Amino acid sequence: MNLMERVSEEQAEAERRKRQRMRSIAIAIALGVLVVLFYAATIVHLGGNALNRPF
Amino acid sequence: MGVETQVDGAVLSTGPGVEDFVALMKPRVMSLVVFTALVGMVAAPGNLHPVLAFIALLAIAVGAGASGALNMWYDADIDRHMARTAARPIPRGLVTENEALTFGAVLAVTSVLTLGVLVNWVAGALLALTIAFYIFVYTMWLKRRTPQNIVIGGAAGAFPPMIGWAAVTGGVSLESIVLFLIIFMWTPPHFWALALYRCRDYERVGVPMLPVVAGLQETRRQIVIYSLLLVPLAVTPSFVGLGGLVYGATSVMLGAIFLWLAYKVYRTREGRESDRAAKRLFVFSIFYLFALFAVLLGEQLATKLTGFASFGAAVGS
Repeated sequence: MNLMERVSEEQAEAERRKRQRMRSIAIAIALGVLVVLFYAATIVHLGGNALNRPF
Repeated sequence: MGVETQVDGAVLSTGPGVEDFVALMKPRVMSLVVFTALVGMVAAPGNLHPVLAFIALLAIAVGAGASGALNMWYDADIDRHMARTAARPIPRGLVTENEALTFGAVLAVTSVLTLGVLVNWVAGALLALTIAFYIFVYTMWLKRRTPQNIVIGGAAGAFPPMIGWAAVTGGVSLESIVLFLIIFMWTPPHFWALALYRCRDYERVGVPMLPVVAGLQETRRQIVIYSLLLVPLAVTPSFVGLGGLVYGATSVMLGAIFLWLAYKVYRTREGRESDRAAKRLFVFSIFYLFALFAVLLGEQLATKLTGFASFGAAVGS
């Protein structure tokens, strides 16, 4: 393997890692948004009852 | 976009980027789906909490994106050979078929469950029906078998305003069916205008679009027939309590232009002029649908925000 090939492979590997990281971040954001949406919708459905808790 | 590095003939794939998955969701189709769903939601009687309305629109958008991804997964073999679709992520080798299938399936299930659990199950069921119809009925069954593919398959694109309506009301009613029918009737002339000048693409991959099977002239005739059905139908919201005078006037005016362009397609049969006439109708048809729903949205918002009923007052109500 000559120098040019090694440089290209290293560049490709760096690019691959960068894309994998971006995909992971996107999935994390999507899951975070889903959690927030479920929480917000639950509060909306409960309405005033959310604060009406027996002691 | 996923990048491929060439090293002495060997291709080093860098894997798909986030933007490649976004492209799988057909963002332009998604935007029209979200827009028509929004109109259905705003036009529906009753109120939906803004948070739930936002969730409903997001779920509908994601459901539409799932349909797009699953469609690209199934049609990858023919997309490679058509100029219009050759640049999609799978034909370009940026996303594998398995990745697209998994992505689409996860989004489909998530969007339906989210809409069903958080908003209501009528809307959730309609979204599930829309995705299933688009994938199983249109993409897998009709598209490669019959020239009626986009006539029946067009139902999938017509459901979003009904889903939006159901998100608010929890049901289906005459008004939401009218919105459905407008998009349903709009789809054939819209896609056949495209198919007229992309005829060779469809022929090459064996998709029996009407121009391939029945010929260009029959397609032009069918475009005129469906346009004649569409234009009066598009005026009906003014008579069922959905649209007011502004909508009625806009619908009549744009309908007249639609019919004129359809007639031009019918009359212009030779050379580049015929392609140009078909392209003009195709482009105008997009504007036509967008404008009708935009006016409907404007009227409904004006009525709801000001309480001044004559904006959105139905001629017949």
